[in-house]
Amino acid sequence: MTLTATAKAAPPPPPGPPAARPSAVRRAWRAFSPYAYIAPFFTLFAAFGLFPLLYTAFVSLYRVELQTPGDMEWRGLGNYTALFTDEFFWMSLRNTFTIGVLSTVPQLAMALGLAHLLNYKLRGRTFIRTAILLPYATSVAAATLVFAQLFGRDFGLINYALGLVGFSPVDWQTGTVASQIAVSSIVIWRWTGYNALIYLAGMQSIPSELYEAAEVDGASRWRQFLHVTLPGLRPTIVFTVVVSTIGATQLFGEPLLFEGSISGGIAHQYQTLGLYMYEQGWGFFHLGRAAAIAWVMFVLILLLVGVNALIARRRSRKEAGR
Amino acid sequence: MTALAAPPTPPPGTEDRPRRSVRRGSRAGRTMHGGRLSYAILAVALLFSAFPFYWTIVAASRSNADLAKVPPSLLPGPNLIRNFEAVLEEADIGKALLNSFIVSGSITVGTVLCCTLAGFAFAKLRFRGRGALLAVTVGTMMIPPQLGVIPLFMLIAELQWVNQLQAVILPGLVSAFGVFFMRQYLVQSLPDELIEAARVDGASTARIFWSIVVPIARPGMAVLGMLTFMAAWNDFFWPIIALSSQNPTVQVALRQLGGGYVHDQSVIMAGTLLGTLPVLLVFGLLGRQIVGGIMQGAVKG
Repeated sequence: MTLTATAKAAPPPPPGPPAARPSAVRRAWRAFSPYAYIAPFFTLFAAFGLFPLLYTAFVSLYRVELQTPGDMEWRGLGNYTALFTDEFFWMSLRNTFTIGVLSTVPQLAMALGLAHLLNYKLRGRTFIRTAILLPYATSVAAATLVFAQLFGRDFGLINYALGLVGFSPVDWQTGTVASQIAVSSIVIWRWTGYNALIYLAGMQSIPSELYEAAEVDGASRWRQFLHVTLPGLRPTIVFTVVVSTIGATQLFGEPLLFEGSISGGIAHQYQTLGLYMYEQGWGFFHLGRAAAIAWVMFVLILLLVGVNALIARRRSRKEAGR
Repeated sequence: MTALAAPPTPPPGTEDRPRRSVRRGSRAGRTMHGGRLSYAILAVALLFSAFPFYWTIVAASRSNADLAKVPPSLLPGPNLIRNFEAVLEEADIGKALLNSFIVSGSITVGTVLCCTLAGFAFAKLRFRGRGALLAVTVGTMMIPPQLGVIPLFMLIAELQWVNQLQAVILPGLVSAFGVFFMRQYLVQSLPDELIEAARVDGASTARIFWSIVVPIARPGMAVLGMLTFMAAWNDFFWPIIALSSQNPTVQVALRQLGGGYVHDQSVIMAGTLLGTLPVLLVFGLLGRQIVGGIMQGAVKG
């Protein structure tokens, strides 16, 4: 990933000039003391970050019950085979994918459009930017409770508004497509403004000479957007796609609180992988199987990020060859 | 914390300074004034982003019967205080708010401190294994911590911390993003000469940290602190696993509210409003800085 590359590429600070001849003790301390500065972070990181991540793979090979997490019984790949023969696993995998597409694509497309508008000279732009980011400050839980109310079948405001323009009420809870659209809309609401600001920052770092040159060549605003803005934004777009993909893969709070059930609707119609993992672990007490799901999600994320990186590299190579 | 909650965007890059001067100069996109259509579209977008907040206030100030009326009432009603009282009594939102303040406050202070220390070491000190350790930190930045919850839960259960606040606070202190953020900030804004000069004067590294690094890092620490506080306040997945309704944070209490425990919709909305107000207050006061932090952080993917 580019992130790692930039971090590694940063040059080490030049060695300081020797201070007024430090004693041997002091020199030894100076060699050691940097570790004291990173120790608090790395102690916590090792215990609560790295260890759980790696240990998940180990746990996924055992039978572990929620009530007695100390007792572990070897199962080999049993948790995985159980997973792959469970229709609800495949269903949640499919739901994760469809909800991911339903939420990410419109969200990023709208964010791009909004960023384009925000890049104009506007009156009250600080206010507009802050207001557009407001949903980002809301918690998943709060947002979902409000949207669940708005999407109510009988008394929800959205069905009422649909009724005003002549549509019959939609059952946002039981319909597969309808419920997935409803869940996706919560994600879209919370993240569009955030992504718009990320795109705006990217647009502002595109050098103005490129636009001027395009103008001289007689390019319309739309062509400028296509041939200057979009290519200039490519790294930013790749970044937001990766982050949204990771977010979509582990979507959890929205489907959990939409109706408050851990199965993601009566027919599991909007249960995501994250929710399926929670149901297996904390609904059915199978921690081992939940760990197997976590590991599947991890591999899935690696695959998706890899595919993203591959496409991005392909495209930029094509561009360079042009 | 989910990967999304703490924006894992790389923080102020080195190109930030020249970019700012470019921004002030003539920029094609910037010098073009927005037309009426732009304002109209933006107004609609703002309406969409603000309406759920407005609706929360409307619903929280009405009664359950009002909400079941057709056509629905779109103006606030007189029941706000009554609903607040009801939710404070039925779902113990008061305790949840207090817990959330303790948890988010501790996580914010601890994270900013740990990340500034480590960020300073990675930016300005030389030691063996620095590159590798930084690579590990950055490499895990994109991996959602949600994937480690099962062993984490087993660990917490082993320590008998289930339902206790430290079960949420300690794991919340781990922020690879924060370390990277503070490192980038200090690489960019702390000149090496300053440290060298202090060394020549015989200052110890600890002295340098407190009297030189911290004052310079303060704006970066403030941005990291705001983002951390919001993320900690809104964190959902881990708290609902580690805590229960006996000792909830706000998000755990909201889950309880939404889980069919309370049936009165207007009371549920009153709870949602109470749980969202503190973070909205932070946002109202510091919104501009938060916007700036996110945009600065988004320099290049």
